[in-house]
Amino acid sequence: MTRALHAEWTKLRTVPGPLWLLLGAVAATVALSAGAASVVRCTSAGCGGDLTGVSLVGVRLGQAPVAVLAVLVITGEYGSGMIRTTLTAVPRRAAVLAAKAVILTGAVAVTGTVAVLGSLLAGRAILPGAGGDLTDGAVAGPVLHLVLIALLGLGIATAVRDSATGIGIVLGLLYVVPLLSLAVGDPHWQRVLRRIAPMSAGLGPPLSPWAGLGATAGWAAAALLAGGLLLCGRDA
Amino acid sequence: MTAGFARVLHAEWTKFTTVRAWVTGTVTAALMLVLFALLAGISSDQKGSPPVPTGPGGEPVADSFYFVHRPLTGNGSITVSVSALDSSIPEGPGELRPGTVPWAKAGLIIRRSTRQGSPYAAIMTTGSHGVRMQDSYVNDTAGPPGPASARSVRRLRLDRAGDTITGYTSADGTHWTTVGTTHVSGLGPTPQAGLFVASPPVADGMGTAGTVSTSVFGDLRVRGAGGRWTGDQVGAGSPSFAGYPAGRSGSYTESDGLFTVTGAGDIAPAVRDTLPAGGTLGDILTGTFAALVAVIVVGALFVTTEYRTNLIRTTLAAAPKRTHVLMAKAIVLGGVTFAAGLTGTLVAGPLGEHLARANGVYIFPVTSSTGLRVALGTAALLATASVLALSAGTILRHGAGAVTAVTVAVVLPYLLTVIPFVPASTANRLTRVTPAAAFAVQQTLVPHHQVTGNYTPYNGYWPLPPWAGFAVLAGYTAVSLSAAAVLLRRRDA
Repeated sequence: MTRALHAEWTKLRTVPGPLWLLLGAVAATVALSAGAASVVRCTSAGCGGDLTGVSLVGVRLGQAPVAVLAVLVITGEYGSGMIRTTLTAVPRRAAVLAAKAVILTGAVAVTGTVAVLGSLLAGRAILPGAGGDLTDGAVAGPVLHLVLIALLGLGIATAVRDSATGIGIVLGLLYVVPLLSLAVGDPHWQRVLRRIAPMSAGLGPPLSPWAGLGATAGWAAAALLAGGLLLCGRDA
Repeated sequence: MTAGFARVLHAEWTKFTTVRAWVTGTVTAALMLVLFALLAGISSDQKGSPPVPTGPGGEPVADSFYFVHRPLTGNGSITVSVSALDSSIPEGPGELRPGTVPWAKAGLIIRRSTRQGSPYAAIMTTGSHGVRMQDSYVNDTAGPPGPASARSVRRLRLDRAGDTITGYTSADGTHWTTVGTTHVSGLGPTPQAGLFVASPPVADGMGTAGTVSTSVFGDLRVRGAGGRWTGDQVGAGSPSFAGYPAGRSGSYTESDGLFTVTGAGDIAPAVRDTLPAGGTLGDILTGTFAALVAVIVVGALFVTTEYRTNLIRTTLAAAPKRTHVLMAKAIVLGGVTFAAGLTGTLVAGPLGEHLARANGVYIFPVTSSTGLRVALGTAALLATASVLALSAGTILRHGAGAVTAVTVAVVLPYLLTVIPFVPASTANRLTRVTPAAAFAVQQTLVPHHQVTGNYTPYNGYWPLPPWAGFAVLAGYTAVSLSAAAVLLRRRDA
């Protein structure tokens, strides 16, 4: 397992793509968060809504490059045929997927922390005195969200083995399912959809630290399980 | 079209139709439209809710106000002076504070009956839009500006001669100016004439809050009307009436020739805020977002798969004019996506509307030409987005990157406009300059300047006219396709 981890870390480290995607995720998150903080109208009564939420709007954009990275971690190998070498070197396929998941989690957790802290600090600078507080929940919630989105992307990409299709499905889950809950008229179904949507924490009430992460974790676990089973059962 | 280009076109057509995943993706896009329409149609149950009142033109209207009236037989006229129009706005739960309701209305009205949706003509003073003459719910003519108060009393008069009603106003009671003349058909043999007060909701965050207004009338003189004055709340239980703020109700009192009338509601065309439970054709076509992701994936794959499998070298060896290859791909992809999108929309729209109506949901009516524009526009939106993905795929030569860039560019701006704390001005700017502007082709609601409302993309009102919004997306696609053509010619494959 250590060798598999080392191999995956080397693969991630030695091509320029992942680094650019992670830097892009930080830049996108901080830029959009700062943009959101600068357009919010402030009155004497307050700035409308949860300020931590305002400072973290950028996570909605930053999760896109994170998802791309997660999808490419596996589909890149299918595209180039590298996957056969990988599976020859590490015949235990579950170990390959687990190693990819661990390395991805580490990379996204570090990047996500930088991005989220940057967003909160930017929000504080733009909205002085009212900026989001740096509580554990305000930072850890969105970072965990990004990690879970990465694992969701990895699982789906392992199942479909194509980068464009994989990212299409992930983005569909992230951006389209919340819109569906707006189109559904019945309040009961709206609540159900919001609860099960992988980005439910992102719509309606501003990103709250822990709400909705359970649903996202469920999606990520299901996707990883499906991807793992297919990887183990299928010819590469 | 040269024979060479026809061959390239035929080659691309063959590629597209023989790759099962691409055909499946395109069919999925059409199915998404239908599936989401089904869900939107069956998910809401409003059976037994009171019917939405409609005006003479069949359009939904708000027609709720306090009415002090008596029958007017034959021709006649009614004159009054308005010396106060004071409004109260909710502030916190159960609290009211004095404030200005811009379209609070107090004045004279002649209408067929007290039934909602009756033909009418009215002259009124308003909270901050001066004297207005309005008729048939949608027509509005401006008179002299300025509010009514004890120091500047507004005198109003309505004359009826057959179907012709003329409104006058005067500041001193001797010099009268005509505000407007209108023909109201269907007033019937004994229309009701009298005083009215209406007070529409004001915008409050993402929604609206109900208000109430009180007006003082004097010098009431009537020619042609007989009988006693009767006070009625018109349209009390109407779905287009938000009701009175807690603890208030409509009323009138008379003493020494002064009438004090309190009312709420509005006499106006219904907008989205008036009927929050109502649906639009755009709501039913929410599946467009899911379909978009599907056609973006297919569009990007249509070229990036060639790079991944190195088929692109064969393609470019067979057709050395590289621009022709790109054009042929765009035509095949755009054509197929347009056909799939149009089929999906034409099935989804009527199906969703039928199901929603069967569940008692009010769907804002659309003319057949508007319905056709929505269908063609949605198909064109999907086709153009797929070509945008094709050009992004050609530029990036990378499926995941192209899909992400185009999806984020088209869907995310819309998603940001539905965040509660994003101001309407930002939402409108986002949907004016980004490719998301193209969703304007799905707008079926009409904004009305004489109704206060949240005219935002979230509510179905887009800042650009439908085809102008589409042109924004088309512009991005044209630029991106040109860049793709240049890069394809310059770069080694």
